[in-house]
Amino acid sequence: MDVQTAALRPPLHRVSRTAIWYWTIRAALGWLVVIGAQVAWMVVADGDHDAIRIPALAVTAVLAAAHLIVMPRWRYRVHRWETTPEAVYTLSGWFKQEWRIAPVSRIQTVDSERGPLEQLFGLANVTVTTASAAGPITISGLARETADRIVHELTASAQATVGDAT
Amino acid sequence: MSGPAETNGTTDGTTNGTTDAPGTADAAGTIDASRTADVPRTEEWRRLSTRMLFVHPFHVAVRAVPALLGLLVAGSNKGFPGHLFSLGILALMIVIGVFRWVTTTFRITDEHIQVRKGLFRKQVMTVPRDRVRTVDVTSHLLHRVLGLARVEIGTGRSDQKGDGALKLDALGTAEAAHLREELLHRLDTAGVRASAGVPAGTGAGAGAAAGDHARGPGAAAIPTGVAAIPTGVAGIPTVAGVGDVPTAPVAGTFGREKETELARLQLSWIRYAPFTLSGVVAVGVIAGFVSRLTNEGGVDLRQIGALRDGWKWFTGVPVWSAVAGVVIALIVFVAVASTLGYVLSFWGFRLTRHSGGTLHVTRGLITTRATTIEERRLRGVEVSEPLLLRAVRGARLIAVTTGLHSGRGAQRGGSMLLPPAPVAEVETLAERVLAPRGGDGTSPVVGPLVPHGPAALRRRFTRALGANAVAVVALLALWEWAGLPAWTWITALAFIPFAALLAADRYRNLGHAMTREYLVTRWGSLGRRRVALECDGIIGWNVTRSFFQRRAGLATLTATTAAGRQGYRVPDVAMSEAIGIATAGIPGLLDPFLAVPEEHDPHLKGTL
Repeated sequence: MDVQTAALRPPLHRVSRTAIWYWTIRAALGWLVVIGAQVAWMVVADGDHDAIRIPALAVTAVLAAAHLIVMPRWRYRVHRWETTPEAVYTLSGWFKQEWRIAPVSRIQTVDSERGPLEQLFGLANVTVTTASAAGPITISGLARETADRIVHELTASAQATVGDAT
Repeated sequence: MSGPAETNGTTDGTTNGTTDAPGTADAAGTIDASRTADVPRTEEWRRLSTRMLFVHPFHVAVRAVPALLGLLVAGSNKGFPGHLFSLGILALMIVIGVFRWVTTTFRITDEHIQVRKGLFRKQVMTVPRDRVRTVDVTSHLLHRVLGLARVEIGTGRSDQKGDGALKLDALGTAEAAHLREELLHRLDTAGVRASAGVPAGTGAGAGAAAGDHARGPGAAAIPTGVAAIPTGVAGIPTVAGVGDVPTAPVAGTFGREKETELARLQLSWIRYAPFTLSGVVAVGVIAGFVSRLTNEGGVDLRQIGALRDGWKWFTGVPVWSAVAGVVIALIVFVAVASTLGYVLSFWGFRLTRHSGGTLHVTRGLITTRATTIEERRLRGVEVSEPLLLRAVRGARLIAVTTGLHSGRGAQRGGSMLLPPAPVAEVETLAERVLAPRGGDGTSPVVGPLVPHGPAALRRRFTRALGANAVAVVALLALWEWAGLPAWTWITALAFIPFAALLAADRYRNLGHAMTREYLVTRWGSLGRRRVALECDGIIGWNVTRSFFQRRAGLATLTATTAAGRQGYRVPDVAMSEAIGIATAGIPGLLDPFLAVPEEHDPHLKGTL
């Protein structure tokens, strides 16, 4: 039977390759906070319990390194997006992956945003919201021109549909 | 920082914009003229009831009771001016309350409801009338004494952070009732009026008829005969308080509504009250009050003789009997408090269906509450069975609708369609509520569900036992190296059979079904819920798969919707089944994204 063998194919387009670096730096900043806190703790404690603290710091460093090497590349292989005149379709995540599909007729807003870090890499993300709080679709790590084009296309096709989108 | 393009795709429901109102109190005309020149002004700006000027200081005083009590008990002998400070804040809050009353005005035109508020930062909130989904009328004790009611108007914008709802706190009871009719039954009342041949001028209270454009702007100043709400004679603000109008005309104008009773509170249902555990909240409230009394009020509990003696006795008895005593006392207290809570919230509960296309819930012993839900926006129902209630074959029914949050304590939210009652009653009512939509014979409420298969069963056990094992290992480690008492890990070990039972029950409850109109999903054990969600109300789909779910060939499908919890999950269903549900739910949406079986394998491997 058709349903038994059905599977979702990945969306057509990959995000920008620069996104790998963006994700790496973003995660690195997070790890720096953790490592910084541990170092500060060691300095303040002034030699007490170093038998626990130094291995803990080492473990953190190893985890951070593994995360920074694996996560961005894995993420890049997963993240994909596609828009058609009828629907927006994305796949995101890495360890936990998520497909999101929303019909263009139900789109309420299309926003594009560039954070400071994204600006550094010339990237942008696009968020498509629907009337459901559980339904916003975010495509991150897009080249700026691509993001602008998506916003333009989606806005145009969303305006072409009628109804109150709830 | 904000992006280059921030556009509104389609017309976007509620515009909760902040408009800088030119001028001060008299700006009504200016705004009106500049914004909506083509809409005839049918309604003056109205104020909330004058009686609110008594309510607000009282509420502030009640909130300050612990501090005031402390003032009485302890006196201000510590030389710290904390109490004076509290009194100063009290006075300031009363002044703020008065200002809030003065600056809040609202009006209802043919097309919009507008609320203006703010002294320094003027805010005008505008909601198109066709976006009104629910109207909630609440009267607290003091409100009731003074004949007042708070009106909350729910719109489709449940995605808004904070309060998307418009609140009018408070109006006269009669005006509040009239407002509800006006907002949700507008088409119907207009129809009734036309067919009955009543002259338009008599019923048009606040421009109720949507097509009333014919009336010129000047007509607004004409006192509207029979209608309950005087629009105020031109130029004179309605300071007299609109609630003072006799209530009889309201009944006269809107009495033609046909009303069918769907459910009514049976006294025997109160037996379910102790199993709701709502009394736990009371324990929290009392604990909070005591802690405020000791902190803010400066009351030293150790100075109260009876408490000191009690504590002495308590520490004297053996530990096991002390623990047993506390547990029994808590259970009795929670049971009594839950029963009281049930009676207070659900006394006089009635659910009716109006011919105007709404469901109407009234309830409450001291604080009365009337919620009106537009049936067209009712997207389904949720049968909720917390474990204790399920054990005694009880359940409650919650509406899945836009404009009401069901996430934060359905008892407080207005979406409760039936308080804890026998499960059979709940199911019958659910059928009746959904009945007008027709169906294909399979009931979304009691129909059979498809189980999720052995992989989902294994996952339930792995998760429950895994979590328990982690807890045991962690506690063992702490016992070994950090000197934690041994009974902690022994207790954790003893929980393993319960974890297994929980896993088995969670699997047993897991299920879904797809009828022609509804997606049905059931999940949970400690709180089991069965939701029937109308397919028309489904906006889109999210499919999530964790690493372990991918290995087990499972996925969690979420139907996103503007109603209720915003998203309803079908957890741990086989991927192909998830796609089957999604294609059946919104036909055609997924088709372009489905892989042809022969070629999908390499692609999918790429994403693993």
